[in-house]
Amino acid sequence: MTGVGRPEAEGNGRGYLADRGWRSWAFTLDHKRIGAMYLWTTTVFFLIGGVFALLLRLELLSPQARYFSNHAYNVFFTLHGAMMIFLFVIPAIPSGLGNFLIPLHIGARDVAFPRLNLASYWVFAAGFLVIIGSLVAPMDTGWTFYTPYSAKSAAAVTTLSLGIFLIGMSSILTGLNFIVTIHKLRAPGMTWHRLPLFIWGMYATSIIQVVATPVVGVTFLLLAAERIFGVGFFDPTKGGDPVLFQHFFWFYSHPVVYVMILPAMGIVSEVIPVFSRKPIFGYKAIAYSSMAIAFIGFLVWGHHMFTSGMSPLANKIFSFLTFFVAVPTAVKVFNWIATLYRGSITFESPMLYALTFIFLFIVGGLTGPFLGAMATNVQLHDTYFVVAHFHYTMMGGTVMGFFAGLHYWFPKMTGKMVNEKVARAAWALIFVGFNVTFFTMFIAGTRGMPRRYAEYLPKFQVENTISSIGSAVLAAGILVMCWNFLQGLRKGAAAPANPWRALSLEWKAASPPETENFHEIPVVTEWPYGYGTPKA
Amino acid sequence: MSEPSHEHADPAVAFESAKLGVWTFLATEVLLFGALFTAYTVFRMKYPEMFRAEHEKLDRVLGAVNTVVLITSSLLVVFGVDAIKRGKARLFEACFGATILLAGVFLCVKYAEYTAKFHHGIYPRTNLFFSIYFMLTGLHGIHVLLGMGVLSYVILLSRRGRLSASYYTPAEMSGLYWHFVDLVWIYLFPLLYLIG
Ligand code: HEM
Ligand SMILES: [Cu+2]
Repeated sequence: MTGVGRPEAEGNGRGYLADRGWRSWAFTLDHKRIGAMYLWTTTVFFLIGGVFALLLRLELLSPQARYFSNHAYNVFFTLHGAMMIFLFVIPAIPSGLGNFLIPLHIGARDVAFPRLNLASYWVFAAGFLVIIGSLVAPMDTGWTFYTPYSAKSAAAVTTLSLGIFLIGMSSILTGLNFIVTIHKLRAPGMTWHRLPLFIWGMYATSIIQVVATPVVGVTFLLLAAERIFGVGFFDPTKGGDPVLFQHFFWFYSHPVVYVMILPAMGIVSEVIPVFSRKPIFGYKAIAYSSMAIAFIGFLVWGHHMFTSGMSPLANKIFSFLTFFVAVPTAVKVFNWIATLYRGSITFESPMLYALTFIFLFIVGGLTGPFLGAMATNVQLHDTYFVVAHFHYTMMGGTVMGFFAGLHYWFPKMTGKMVNEKVARAAWALIFVGFNVTFFTMFIAGTRGMPRRYAEYLPKFQVENTISSIGSAVLAAGILVMCWNFLQGLRKGAAAPANPWRALSLEWKAASPPETENFHEIPVVTEWPYGYGTPKA
Repeated sequence: MSEPSHEHADPAVAFESAKLGVWTFLATEVLLFGALFTAYTVFRMKYPEMFRAEHEKLDRVLGAVNTVVLITSSLLVVFGVDAIKRGKARLFEACFGATILLAGVFLCVKYAEYTAKFHHGIYPRTNLFFSIYFMLTGLHGIHVLLGMGVLSYVILLSRRGRLSASYYTPAEMSGLYWHFVDLVWIYLFPLLYLIG
C-alpha cells in the first residue's frame, strides 16, 4: 500500500500545476490534481444538466407541448435530474474540493491511498462513459428509476444501472480513503477538536457514502437482473414487491441528500468566521450535529413513500423521525447566525454565496416539514411544491455552498485571483434569477400543478412564464461566473498565500501548493477559528 | 518529471491505515449482502410455504462439501499468514496457493450445481426462492473469483521478494478478505440449504 510522503521531505519548490502534458494528469497520484480533475469533470456535467433544465423551462413557457414531444420531455427531465444528482452534486464537493482540501486541511502530504484515489477517479470516468453510452436509448423513468416501469421500459436501463453502479463504487472508495486519511494522517497536534469543520462535514459524508452506497449498488444490480434474467424481486406478477425497490432506493437516496448538503455546510462553516472575523460559535455543536445528521439520515427514508402504501404505523414513525433531522440542522443554522452577530462582516464573493446558502437553505428547510408531515404530503406529493423544495435545498444549498467554496479556494487552487467586481455581479444575477425561478414553483405547486408533465392547465400560465424568465437570468449569472473563473485562470493577478487572512492550515501552504503540500509538516497548537484575537 | 514519493514514511502508519481501510471495505461488503439478506427475509416471511418446498430442491451434499472446502481454505490462509510472519515465504506461497486451488474446487462444485438446476428447468426467474438463491450465490461466487485474483496477486508479491517477516501487510489484508468470503458462505449455506 502507498501513502503519504516522508515527513522529512522538503517540497521540491514547484507548484503542483508545474508539470504539463496529459500524462502528468492522467497518471497523477497527487490528491490536488485528482481533485482538480473531478472539479472539471463535474462542472461540465453541471453545465450539461443546466442545458437540459433550460430546455424544460423552454417547453413550460406554453401550456401545450409545443417544442418537444411528451416523451422527449420525459427524457429531458430524467437526464437533467440524474446528471445533476449522480454526476454533479454527489461527487462535486466531496471528490472535487474534498480531495483537494482534506490533506491540506489536516496537514498531510496526500490521502492515505493515493493509488486508490486515482483508481476511483477512473472508475468514476468509466461510469460516466457507460452512462453516456446508455443514451442510445434515452431514459424516461425519472431519476428514481421506480419499478415496475423501469424493469420494462425500452430505455437502456441495464446499461445505466451499470454506470450508476460504477459511480457508486467510486464514491465508496473515495469515502473509504477519506475516513482512513482523517483517522490516521492528521498532523501532530491536530486533535479531533481542532479539525476544521469542513473536515467534520467530510467525515460524516464519507461515513454515509460508505454505508449507504452499497445498498443502492445492489438495488441497481437487482434491477439489471430483473431485466436480464427475469428475476422477480420487484415484479408483482411474480410475487415480488415494487415497494421493496423504493425502500432500497430511498435507504440510499435519502442519506445521499446529506452527502450533498453536509460538505456544503462544512464550507459555509469555514467561510462565515473568516469574513466576519469572529471565532465560530458552537464549534462542537456544529461538528457533532454533522454526525447526528448522518446518523438520523439513515432512519427517515420512508418519508418518500407515504403515498406508496406502507402501513399507517410506518408512515407515522417515518414522519416523526423526519422532523427529528431538523434539530441538528437548526443547530448549525443558529450557530452560523450567532457567529455573524456583531462580527465585522465583509461581503467578498465567498461570503455572499455563504450567506445565500443560509438564506435559501432556510427557505428550503422550512418547506421541508410540509412534505415530511403526512397530511400535507398527501396534498403536495408530486407537485411543483416538491420541485421547488428540493431545488431550494439542493441548488440553493449545495450548489451555493459549492460556489462559495470555489470562490474561497480559487486563489489557493490556481494561484490566481478572480475579478471581485464581476464575481459580485454574477452573484446578483444568480440570486435574483434563482428566486424568481423557484419561488414561483412553490406557488404553482400549492395551487396544484403536478410535476413531470410537459403540458399544464392554462391557469398555471403566469407562474410558468415568470419561472422560465427567471431561469434565463439564472443561467446568465452562471455563465458570467464561469467566464470570470476562466478569465481569472488565464490572466488573474497572482494570489498571495493567504488572501483572506484565514487561519486554517491550507493557507500556510504556497498558492498554488507544492506537490507535497508543506515544506515541513506543521505542528498544530490551536484550533483554526481564533479570529478577532490579536493574531488575526 | 520529478515524481514525488507517495510511500508511507512510517510503516506503522501504513499498516494501521491499511487495516482500517480493509475493515471499512468489509463493512461495505456486509451492507452489499445485507440488502439481499433483507430481501430474503421479506420474501421468506411473505411466502413461507414456497420457501419450505423449494429449498428441498437444493443439493445439501454439494452445499456441505463446499462449506468444508471453504472452511479448510480459510484455515490455510491462517497458516499462510502465520508463515510469512515468521519469514517463511515458500510455505506462505504454498498455503495461499492451496487456498486458490480450493477456491477453484468451490467454483467447480457451484458450476455443477448451477448446470444441474438448469437441466431441471430451474432458472433465476423460476420463482422468488430461486431468484434469491441465484442472486446470493452468484454474488458470492463473484467474490470468490475476486478473492482468487487478490490472493494470486499477493503470491506474486511474495515471489518478487516483496513480503517478509517485517512487511506482510498485503498478506494479512487479503487473508482478512478471504475470511469474509468464507463467512458469507457460512451464512448462506444454512439459510438456503438447511432451514425448512
Ligand atoms: C439551472 C437551474 C435549474 C433549473 C431551471 C431547473 C429546472 C427544473 C425543472 C423545471 C424541473 C421539473 C421537471 C418536471 O417535473 O416537469 C426540474 C427537476 C429536477 N431538477 Fe432541476 N433545475 C435546475 C437546477 C438543478 C440542480 C442544480 C439540481 C441538482 C442539484 C437539479 C435537480 C433536479 C432534479 C433531481 C429534478 C427531478 C427530476 C425528475 O423528476 O426525475 N436541478 N428541474
Ligand atoms: Cu428524504
